[in-house]
Amino acid sequence: MNRRLINWTLGVGTPLLLVTAWWVLSENSTNTFFPPLSATLERFQALWLFDHFGSDVMLSLRNLVIGYALATVIGVGLGFATALVPVARWALDPLIHFLRGIPPVALVPIFISLIGFGLEMRLVSITLAAVFPTLIATVDGIRSVDSTLKDVSAVYRLSRGEKLAQVYLPAAGPQIASGMQVSLQVAFIVMIASEMLGSSQGIGAMTLLAQQSFMTSDMWAGILLLGVIGFGANLVFEVIKNKVLAWYVGSKRLARS
Amino acid sequence: MTRTLATHHHPGMENSMELQENPVALGTAAARPRLEVTALSKTYGSGPNAKCVIEDLTFTVTTGEVVCIVGPSGVGKTTLLKCLAGLQPATSGTAAIDGRRIDGPPPEMALVFQDYSRSLMPWLTVRKNVRLPLRHLRLPAQEMNQRIDDALRAVGLDGSDGKYPWQLSGGMQQRVAIARALAYRPEILIMDEPFASVDAQTRFELEDLCLKIRDDFGMTILVVTHDIDEAVYLSDRVVVLGAKPARVLDVIGIDLPAPRDQISTRSLPEFAEQRTTVLSMIRKPA
Repeated sequence: MNRRLINWTLGVGTPLLLVTAWWVLSENSTNTFFPPLSATLERFQALWLFDHFGSDVMLSLRNLVIGYALATVIGVGLGFATALVPVARWALDPLIHFLRGIPPVALVPIFISLIGFGLEMRLVSITLAAVFPTLIATVDGIRSVDSTLKDVSAVYRLSRGEKLAQVYLPAAGPQIASGMQVSLQVAFIVMIASEMLGSSQGIGAMTLLAQQSFMTSDMWAGILLLGVIGFGANLVFEVIKNKVLAWYVGSKRLARS
Repeated sequence: MTRTLATHHHPGMENSMELQENPVALGTAAARPRLEVTALSKTYGSGPNAKCVIEDLTFTVTTGEVVCIVGPSGVGKTTLLKCLAGLQPATSGTAAIDGRRIDGPPPEMALVFQDYSRSLMPWLTVRKNVRLPLRHLRLPAQEMNQRIDDALRAVGLDGSDGKYPWQLSGGMQQRVAIARALAYRPEILIMDEPFASVDAQTRFELEDLCLKIRDDFGMTILVVTHDIDEAVYLSDRVVVLGAKPARVLDVIGIDLPAPRDQISTRSLPEFAEQRTTVLSMIRKPA
């Protein structure tokens, strides 16, 4: 109990300490590229709460959510097919391993030239980049489903749909979730990269524009917002994951104790 | 009793149970072998690397009988069960239920696996584990719940409905696996070393449970075990396998009075005799 309190204090205290240090050290800064935190926060409020919230923040978040959702559906679906259908496995396996090797951000220029600078480009970039971690984790997860569970499903004559939804999906759930978490990070990175490379709207575009116009406080404010969104997205993901995979979390905790 | 349970895979016939219970059906079922294994062989691989695990295995199990298969460990007993359950094809020979060749998991059969910790779904509660195989039988909700309740009560797990398997001890988990098989109401129950990794007290309880469900539900039960005492205690007949490849050394009828009792049956002189017969059979040099 005491140990937990100390851990909590450390977890919350360390960032607070660093922010305080940032505040104090930057307070009298005259360096153009390192503005006082107070100035950054002022700009943060002016820009994001809520002047550009509707036009830029919501736009970025919508791209992120839609792209990520598509990537998850495609990744899990293709993953099931690749793992379970022999033809798909032979056809897709080498391709997947080639494509996963390309850094996701490098795909953005290709899509700009293919599709242009529009919303579609950003969505396609996010989706395609974020598919792979989920896809690969799903394939691994399905392939490592315990053979005893497969035998149980066969002996009790579960239907194909039951096997997929009631056995394979939950059994691979923890691995799929890990893949989805990486996909979320990738989607976030590509969301910003796609805005920085080919857009005039969105948080990424605003931040890059601020940097190019020497509005350093605005730039810092943008990066601060990105940090907050990234942290928040991961937090939401963790909460949902722990709820959906409560059985897994519980059994692991029990196995450790 | 046997016949009432025999109808469970045909929804809609549930109400005609009485019709099934005619003396002709009962009379013939008692004599005819329910499960028939004929010259069954299983070889893995082919050519010079081929490994013959089971060779020319023949035995039968009659309706309502408890038959134990004993033999040295690693003799291929699990392979045999996988062939019987239709999970693996035999290389030659046949396994048949009522003369019908087994070429896939038969609807009237349930299997309790050796490794209980891997055979239960860790993401489902006890109750949902038991319910999973029942969903596709399309039973009325009331009957489904009734079956689950009955099965959980039979194994002494009523009250642990909402727990997850990993919150239970090994013996309790194996009870869940047995309850899942019971609720499915198989006519033939096959168990692969079901009590191998539970403590002695639980093992006695589960053995008695096994005999009780045979009596209550009229199930035909086939148990693989390496424990000779257990085989003699449970069985009407013991099939002794020799290694390797596995083949039938002998089938020994066990003539112990029913109902069996962990203390009095095990202390009978006949129990010791039968035990010695089986043991010397296994130890005998081939």
